[in-house]
Amino acid sequence: MSSREQILARVRAAVRDAPAVDIPRAYRTGGPREGLVELFAERVDDYRAIVHVVTGDQVAATIGAALAARGVTRLVVPEGLDEEWARAAARAEGDEAATRALVGDDPPLGAGDLDAAGAVLTGCAVAVAETGTIVLDTGPGQGRRVLTLVPDYHLCVVRAGQIVGSVPEAVARLDPARPLTWISGPSATSDIELDRVEGVHGPRTLEVVIVTDR
Amino acid sequence: MSGAFLGMPAFPANAAHAVQDSQLRYNLRKATHTIRGKRAAVVGELPDWAELRAAAAAIKDEALRDLDTHLLTLEAAVTDAGGHVHWAADAEEANRIVTDLVKATGETSVVKVKSMATQEIGLNEALAAQGITAYETDLAELIVQLGDDWPSHILVPAIHRNRSEIREVFLSKMAEWGRPAPDGLTDEPRALAEAARLHLREKFLSAKVAVSGANFMVAETGTLVVLESEGNGRMCLTLPETLISVVGIEKVVPSWRDLEVFLQLLPRSSTGERMNPYTSTWTGSAEGQEFHLVLLDNGRTKVLADEVGRQALRCIRCSACLNVCPVYERAGGHSYGSVYPGPIGAILTPQLRGMGSELDRSLPYASSLCGACYDVCPVAIDIPEVLVHLRAKARHSPAERAGMRAAGWVLDKSVRLAKAQRLGSRFRRLAPKRLPGPLAGWTDTRDIPEIPAESFRDWWKKTDGGRR
Repeated sequence: MSSREQILARVRAAVRDAPAVDIPRAYRTGGPREGLVELFAERVDDYRAIVHVVTGDQVAATIGAALAARGVTRLVVPEGLDEEWARAAARAEGDEAATRALVGDDPPLGAGDLDAAGAVLTGCAVAVAETGTIVLDTGPGQGRRVLTLVPDYHLCVVRAGQIVGSVPEAVARLDPARPLTWISGPSATSDIELDRVEGVHGPRTLEVVIVTDR
Repeated sequence: MSGAFLGMPAFPANAAHAVQDSQLRYNLRKATHTIRGKRAAVVGELPDWAELRAAAAAIKDEALRDLDTHLLTLEAAVTDAGGHVHWAADAEEANRIVTDLVKATGETSVVKVKSMATQEIGLNEALAAQGITAYETDLAELIVQLGDDWPSHILVPAIHRNRSEIREVFLSKMAEWGRPAPDGLTDEPRALAEAARLHLREKFLSAKVAVSGANFMVAETGTLVVLESEGNGRMCLTLPETLISVVGIEKVVPSWRDLEVFLQLLPRSSTGERMNPYTSTWTGSAEGQEFHLVLLDNGRTKVLADEVGRQALRCIRCSACLNVCPVYERAGGHSYGSVYPGPIGAILTPQLRGMGSELDRSLPYASSLCGACYDVCPVAIDIPEVLVHLRAKARHSPAERAGMRAAGWVLDKSVRLAKAQRLGSRFRRLAPKRLPGPLAGWTDTRDIPEIPAESFRDWWKKTDGGRR
């Protein structure tokens, strides 16, 4: 008998008398409806990420200023990124002649290239207000999973309409067939005396620009 | 289970030794009290915690009840998505499968995501015996590996080390494994994390094979889920060309929707955060990666066969029970002699390994039955109930069994009890203050209750319940 058959046979023998189970789903499946942007911003900030809440006409300037403040000269941009955001990222503030190098992922970048680039600008698939979480699903404007992992700085633009209240709402919106990355703040560890310290292997800085509908 | 713990003395001897270590007690107290406060705060934020907990317990029970069906559904879904599924009946078989898979790639090293299952089967040692080096990449696992130490906590295996001890380990051992610790390393947690980042960076960027576990496997979609904090998990899950995940069969949840429950319960219970920094989910071969799933039994079906004990398989390895346990806080994780320490370890280890050794028989007694573990368990495992159940199953000494048989005989008939009570009353002056021989262990810390001049039954009969 193969191990597969053996394990399955042991399982069947073990649970022969186990009672039927009803799953009580009395927990909240919805979430807050009002103030999602404010709640999301507050929760992201709790993780010691940098947060901006801006209107649509301020996005380009905010992206430019954020990159300038960090002295970024090269950054990775995934395929399908909003063209306005990409243009804003390429234009260096205050100096018409200077531009930032945008590094595309076609052909796919190696780990060394990504490490050298140091920064990445993406959108997201869904965001969760209650937990301050951004979810990427490798769709347009997000790219392969490594793009938001190896560079040390991740700038992420979230549209207000992408924010849901709670975890159940986010799970319902996402497609399990796609590889998903749920990001809640910069990389961190609690391994030293169970106290949280930001900045280990993933991006040490996460900056989030929330675009309101106003 | 990992050979490191074989031949260890029973829990009381280990614990007696551990409580003498004041540094250990200080480290554990500080860490567990920090995390208790954080957990309580974020659990209190959710008005529906009790409902989530009830749902989680039921989802796990349902998953276990139809485990055969769910495993077959999972296998089909993973295979359809381009992954390969292997079945391992025990540790030896799992180690052989993983070793062969690594050898087939021609590589001689792998990077590892923290995983309880691979610790349980002693995978690193098995790989080393075949000339393959496994690099642990979780910060706490790295501290344990560099320090040639044993894990003492499920979530934070190096919880018994404080910052200055960690600094010492990094300074003295990092160079042997790769990039040495930076000059002038301080014991600031931020500096220590930075040292780990630098040490592991080149390993991540050049690794060809990774080994992981998983927190959940969704049967209907074939999706695996890993929750982590540092990004070492994401590095291992995405950069290497080949990914091998070793996962216990009890990690199955039936449907995608079930994650809405566990993604709320697990981070809040384990690190006391609303959400852990990174959660990765993938289905089969993601982004062109070669993917192998090794489904591990290794005693789990034995646990499943025990009506009372099977609830231990609901465990999602959050370690909230360790952090609240008064025994764990004082005795430390090493005393349990298993990769699963604390209250959950005390019920899981003896069931997985069987109660053949003195150590494993002693584990169900490593508890005061205070119930704090049951209270915080996000999947409502009634740990005290299982502890008592296992105590009854453990082999007892002939003297204890004779004593219990005698007591049973007396208590069985009221006539016998009355006679015994009268006999006790008559000779009550002769009752010793301390019991002799090994029974002195009981009376060293407790008084023998005084035997009354007459029993309650006799008094009641004589006075008609106090009316005469």
